Order: sequence, then C-alpha cells, then structure tokens
Amino acid sequence: MKARLAEWIALLRPGDYVMLLGAVVVCVLSALALWRGGAPDKAVVRAGGKVFAEVPLSRAQVVEVPGPLGVTRIEIEPGRARVASDPGPRQYCVRQGWLKRSGAVAICAPNQVSLSLNGGSADYDSLNY
Amino acid sequence: MAAPRIMTPSTIEIVPTADDRRIARLATAAIVLTVAEAAIPLPLPGVKPGLANIVILIVLMRWGWRDAVWVALLRVFAGSLLLGQLFAPGFFLSLSGSLVSLATLGLAMHLPRRWFGPVSLSILAAFAHIGGQLMLARLWLVPHDGVFYLVPVFAAAATIFGLINGLVASKLLARLTPRSA
Repeated sequence: MKARLAEWIALLRPGDYVMLLGAVVVCVLSALALWRGGAPDKAVVRAGGKVFAEVPLSRAQVVEVPGPLGVTRIEIEPGRARVASDPGPRQYCVRQGWLKRSGAVAICAPNQVSLSLNGGSADYDSLNY
Repeated sequence: MAAPRIMTPSTIEIVPTADDRRIARLATAAIVLTVAEAAIPLPLPGVKPGLANIVILIVLMRWGWRDAVWVALLRVFAGSLLLGQLFAPGFFLSLSGSLVSLATLGLAMHLPRRWFGPVSLSILAAFAHIGGQLMLARLWLVPHDGVFYLVPVFAAAATIFGLINGLVASKLLARLTPRSA
C-alpha cells in the first residue's frame, strides 16, 4: 500500500507541487471571496416609515433619530450596528444588541424607528431575534 | 434477372492516412470514456471527473498539440452525438470548455518538462475547462453573477480531478514510453 502510494507520488515533479498548491489557494480564495454572503455594507435607518439615513458600515459613528417619544441613538461600527438607546418602554430593539448580518432588522416600534442592515447578498429577507 | 452486384465505383476515394487512423483510435478511447462517465451519477451539473482528458493529455505529450485538438474536438462532437446532446446547451458548454482548455494546454506545454509534468498540465486544463464553461454560462445561459457562486465547488473539483487525471496520464505515459519521456 505504502509502496503503491510512493509510486504515484514519484510521478509528481517539483513544479507540479507548486501548481497543486496554487490550485488549492485558488479554491480557498474563491470560497472566501464568493461565500462571504451576508456581509452587510450599509445600515438603513427609518423614522416614521420614511428613510431617515443610509449610513455605510465603514466607520464608527452615532446617528440620532428623533421620534414621537424622544431621540433614538443608533451606533454604527465597521461591519455592525445597534440601537444604543431608545426611549421606548420595553427596549426590545436595544436588547437585540449588535446586528451583523445583511437583512437583520431592529425595530423600536414605540418610537417608530427601525434599523436594518443591507448590502452583500442577504441570506434572508429579514432576520428577527 | 439478378441485380448488378457491383455499384458504380465512387469517384471520391478517401484514403485514410496512418495519422487519421491514429487520431480516430485515440478519439475513440476519449469518446468511450465520455460515454462511460455520463453514466456516473454526480451531485452537481458541471462537476465531472473529465476522464477523457486523460486521453487528451497523453495525445498532447506524445503526439503534440495538433493531434490533441483533433482528438478533443472529435470527442466533443461524437460524444455529444452519442449522448443525444449535440447542439444542446451542454454541448456548447463542453465545446467552450474544450477550446479554452486546448488553448491553455497549447501554452502550458512549453513549460519546462523537467519541472512540470502531466499533473501540472492536467490541473491547468481542468481549471481552463471550468473557466471556459463558466464564461459561456455567464454570457449566454445564466446572464447573472449568481453562476459564480459555484466557482469554489468547481475549483475544488478541478483540483481533485485534475490531480487524479494527471497522475493517471503520467502513469500511462510512463508505460507507453519505456524510455524516460
């Protein structure tokens, strides 16, 4: 068995190993590049049903959205976003924490504010927690 | 009255040369592998071992690029004719894959033989094959970037089957030419 294997390996020349390695690298890189589905690139903030702001997820910033109850603070960081504070009574959207995937949505219904992540190839139409 | 036994002799006489016979023999081997391969159930359309490429590689290494082109194209046409796929989308995918693969082999065969054996050529040809097929698929059959979603799967298949086909081809070549090639 071992001798058989050695016989096959003897057929490989030095450049063949390089070629094989290159092929494996192409496989891995293409998988990483093409199967990064769900990586969002922008956050859409809505207030009262209208788009309030579209923010790229490239740098950290805070968006303050006025609503009927007060100001909802939305925190953006590279690759993720969350509702940092909200005047609503039950705080569901705040407790959702960081949204990281495309299609994820946090809704602060009492204050009529929503945050959703878009871009990339969304795995889902919307994500709820 | 009995019908004449002998027909009028044909005015066109095709005399096959030794070259023709050799190419026909090799193409037959490739076609047989194509048909045999079609019987293997596969999880994804487009992922195939490409056993016929073993024959193409051997032809390329022993008899050169021109013969390899002949054998490869005869295989595509006759193989799809036998499988009832002639001029179906699969046929054009096969043809474009073969053409790109042959072009790549035409360039790659000039790599130094000391360093690069049939395995290298086989892997390059396999990647060229999926490249050609994907290009045509993107341009014509599925005009959407969604086709590229499957690239990693095709690339993995090309790596694995390219390696295996290359090893088989080099083993057969070593048997065909006892003197070191």
